[in-house]
Order: sequence, then structure tokens, then C-alpha cells
Amino acid sequence: MEAVKEKIQAYNVTALRNKFPVLNVKVNRHPLVYLDNAATTQKPESVIKALESYYKNYNANIHRGIHHLAEKATVAFEETRTEVQKFLNAAHREEIILTKGTTESINLVASSWGRKNLKENDEVIISTMEHHSNIVPWQLICEEKKAKLKVIPISDEGELDLEAFRSLLSPKTKMVSVVHVSNSLGTINPVEEIIEMAHAAGAVVLIDGAQSTAHLKIDVARMNCDFFALSAHKVYGPTGVGVLYGKKEILEEMPPYQGGGEMIGEVKFEKTTYNELPYKFEAGTPNIAGVIAFREALFFLNANNHTLIHEHEQRLLEYATKKISSVDGIRLIGTAKSKIGVISFLLNGAHPQDVGVLLDQQGIAVRTGHHCTQPLMTRLGIPGTVRASLAMYNTHEEIDLLTEALLKAKKMLL
Amino acid sequence: MIEPLSIGKIEQEIIDDFSLFDNWEEKYEYIIDMGKKLPPLDDIHKKEENIIKGCQSTVWLVAEQKDGRIYFKADSDAVIVKGLISLLIRVLSGQTATDILETKLDFINKIGMMQHLAQTRSNGLLSMIKQMKHYALAFNTVAS
Repeated sequence: MEAVKEKIQAYNVTALRNKFPVLNVKVNRHPLVYLDNAATTQKPESVIKALESYYKNYNANIHRGIHHLAEKATVAFEETRTEVQKFLNAAHREEIILTKGTTESINLVASSWGRKNLKENDEVIISTMEHHSNIVPWQLICEEKKAKLKVIPISDEGELDLEAFRSLLSPKTKMVSVVHVSNSLGTINPVEEIIEMAHAAGAVVLIDGAQSTAHLKIDVARMNCDFFALSAHKVYGPTGVGVLYGKKEILEEMPPYQGGGEMIGEVKFEKTTYNELPYKFEAGTPNIAGVIAFREALFFLNANNHTLIHEHEQRLLEYATKKISSVDGIRLIGTAKSKIGVISFLLNGAHPQDVGVLLDQQGIAVRTGHHCTQPLMTRLGIPGTVRASLAMYNTHEEIDLLTEALLKAKKMLL
Repeated sequence: MIEPLSIGKIEQEIIDDFSLFDNWEEKYEYIIDMGKKLPPLDDIHKKEENIIKGCQSTVWLVAEQKDGRIYFKADSDAVIVKGLISLLIRVLSGQTATDILETKLDFINKIGMMQHLAQTRSNGLLSMIKQMKHYALAFNTVAS
């Protein structure tokens, strides 16, 4: 008990909260309780300042300019790439492709890698708990190539059925694309095991890390995935910035995704040659300010002890699960053994949207609906859920407020 | 036959009702109560062609024309949306096509419910108002 107390004290959540300006706003005359972190996290002051500083002090287009501002912006932009490489423990910096977000990262792979490597009757495996952005890009390319999409089933608790996965694998399997952490359920999938099994079958693996990166230590070298996709805005960074990590030898063999400026070597009307990695995949002027500010988000994460963050979030998850399920008529959705701080639930007799509206009236931001995982909701036989999702700055008091607000909503609705 | 109240007069009645509420709880309790009291739509009307799709809640809407006036019936699986639907029906059902097409439904803003009409896909309410006006336009065209 003493050790736990010490740890709670070591984790200074008040000091942390002070770094996020938006956490001080009031919503409907209540202090904001922000529990929609799986949709997007709030941004620390340093990230906001970096965005402003770029536009105020050195706004310029990157890579080809010879003037001072262009040079400064280019250096700052490329420093983010290096920082991401370190953060993910990638072997080479050119393995880091900067994109708009996880959705674009997955589309890039499905389109470029898929076009080159998939043929008729090949198989792509995804899972029942995928976000639409890890379903639809594969459907598009599978339809085009007459390849087949196979789906790993899940248990009622929301865990992948690895035995079923094993039986889906065959020499026809060319790609396995699965989510690291489920956005709707919080389930942490055993990706290292999945990657090993997929590699043994000769398949390439993409891990959708949109929900895991802010909460788990990511090491692509250890994980040994072939691709890893993430969004900056779910990791305390700006919107409109994402990362695609890919193994160099695979990326090099892939054709460009989009054509335009930046991605070319030499353009002639007879034939255009393409730029080298990573620029081959970065056509057009990127979100320069966002990329530069993303580095501050990574600094911010690195400056805080990762283990302490994880332990804090796990303590909160345990507390929230207990408190919310103590409300009569609550049904938790997603009870996997290994979870991040996502609590999805239903209140018997009430539509999730009604619960969400009444929580909002009390200053509490949650998400309601199918969370862009309609096939998962169909599998669970529900139209959607109310989802509270936690981040490093949430507190036990906020969980108490959520529980009280939930009791009030229940009284009003039922 | 008694002439029904004009849209403007009904809107004012609702605004007056809402001005009596001291806090958000009273306001939402009233809307929830309205939602619960709105007669459910017969199952025969709950078919695909009558659905107004929102991202989260579903709204069903049917309309008929009688003696130059349009009558609406509607339902939803979410009770707050249903309460707001009940207000819309109170204002628009039984009015003429011309009046329905012309009204701006200012009362929604005045009772502080504008957030439910935001341009998000979360509920079918905005689409429902559009659909009510479409019905009015269609009946109007047929009539002339």
C-alpha cells in the first residue's frame, strides 16, 4: 500500500494538467471533464506554441528553398522525422513517412503495396474489431485485384481468436492488417504473436497504432512489424499529421502513392523518375507547422516517465471500471484481460446518444455511437456504446464526476 | 372548423413554456417527457423509405395531406430526439405547405436547442426538418 501511495504521489497529475490550457475551460457552466481521448487528445502548451512560432517566425515552404526561412523550416521539419524514428525505434530515418494521419498511412499501403503485390485469389486478413479505416482501404484494393478479405473473429469479451487466426493463415495470405488497440473496446491485441504467426506464413503485417501510441511503449524493431501507422493528434500532437513506418526494403519496392511535387527525381514528358525514400511517398506541400509541432508532443511524452503514465492510466481504468459498473443497469462492452483506458458501456433502456447529451450538459465529454466500427457493433449485437476514454491527465475525481453525472442521466431518462 | 394557430403563434407558446425553466434539468426533463408522450409510429410506417438516417439515432417520418394542410407523424429510437421531434410536429403539423416552406423555425434557437441542429451526423434532426420541407414542396407542386 505504501508503495502504491508513493507512486501516486510521484505522478503529479495537477502539474501535468496545468500544461494543457483547454482543461481549464468550462462547459455548460461545469468544469470540463474530457473523456474523449480516443477521438483526439488535448494539446500541451508547448505544441500550441510551436504551431504559432512557425507561422510567426519562419513560415516557408520546405526542401527546395535556398533562403533562410526555407532552410530553417526544412531543418525543423526533418528533425521531427528523426524524433519519430527514435520514438518508434526504427532502424532508418527514411523508414518514417509523414502523412496526414493513420487513415492516409493505411490507404498508402493498401494502394501502393497492394497494387504491386496482390493478385487474384490472394488473401488479406483483418479483424472484427477494426476501425473503418483499416477495413475500407483493403476492400477497395481487394475488389480491384479480385483478392479476398478474411476476418479474424473475436470472443464476446472482445479478444481476438488466435486459433481461428491460425486457421485463416495459408500461403495465399499476403497481408495481415490488424489494430494494436481497439478504439471501441480498449483491447490490447497480442501483436507480437500475430506478427510472428503471419511472418511464418509468409505474409506482410501492418499494425494500426492509432490508439496504442499514446498509451503503450512502441518499439517497431522489437515488434518486427512491416508497417506501423499512427496519428499525431491522438498522441498529444496536432491534427492532420500522421506517420507510416515501413521496413526500408519493402518501401523501396513500392510504387509511389500520389504524384506531384516533392516526390519526383526528374520529370520529363517521356518518363518521370521518382525521388528516394521517404520523399517518394510525400507528394505536395505537407502540414509543415503540424509536423514541426508534433516533435514537441514527442518531447512532451519523453519528458514524462512512460511507466508512471501507464501505471496511472491502468489505475484509473481499474477505478473507472469498478465505479461505472456499480451503477445499476450498466453493461460494460469490452472486458478483455489486457486493456488501455477505454470504458465502453450501455445503460439498459436508454439510447447511447441520450446518455451522451445529458453527460454533455454536465460538462462531461464522452463519445457515443458505433465509433467507426460498425462490423464490431454488428458482431456484438448492439447499435453503439457510450465510450469514456482516458489519457494521462485524467483523474480519479473526474471518474467520480462521470459516475454522478451518469446516475443523474439515468434518473432523468428512465 | 376552427383555424389552427399559426406557426409563429405556436413557436411563441413554446418559447414562453421554455422561459419558465430555471435550469437545464427542467428543460431536458420536459423534452424527455414530450418524447415519451409522443405516440409511437405504427410498425408499418417503420420501413426503410421513411427512415431519416443520422449517424447514431434513427428517425422515421411520414406525411399526409388533407384539406390543403400537411400532417406529420414521426418517431425515433432516442428519446431526446423524439422530444424535439414532438416540438417540431406541434409547430408544423396541420399547417399549409406555403407556411411550412417559409418558416425559419427560430424557436429552436430561442429555447437553446440549436446545438441539436449542428452540422454533425450525430442525429437526424436537421435532415428531418429538410425532409418536412421537401414534403411541403412536393405537396405544393402537386397542388398547383
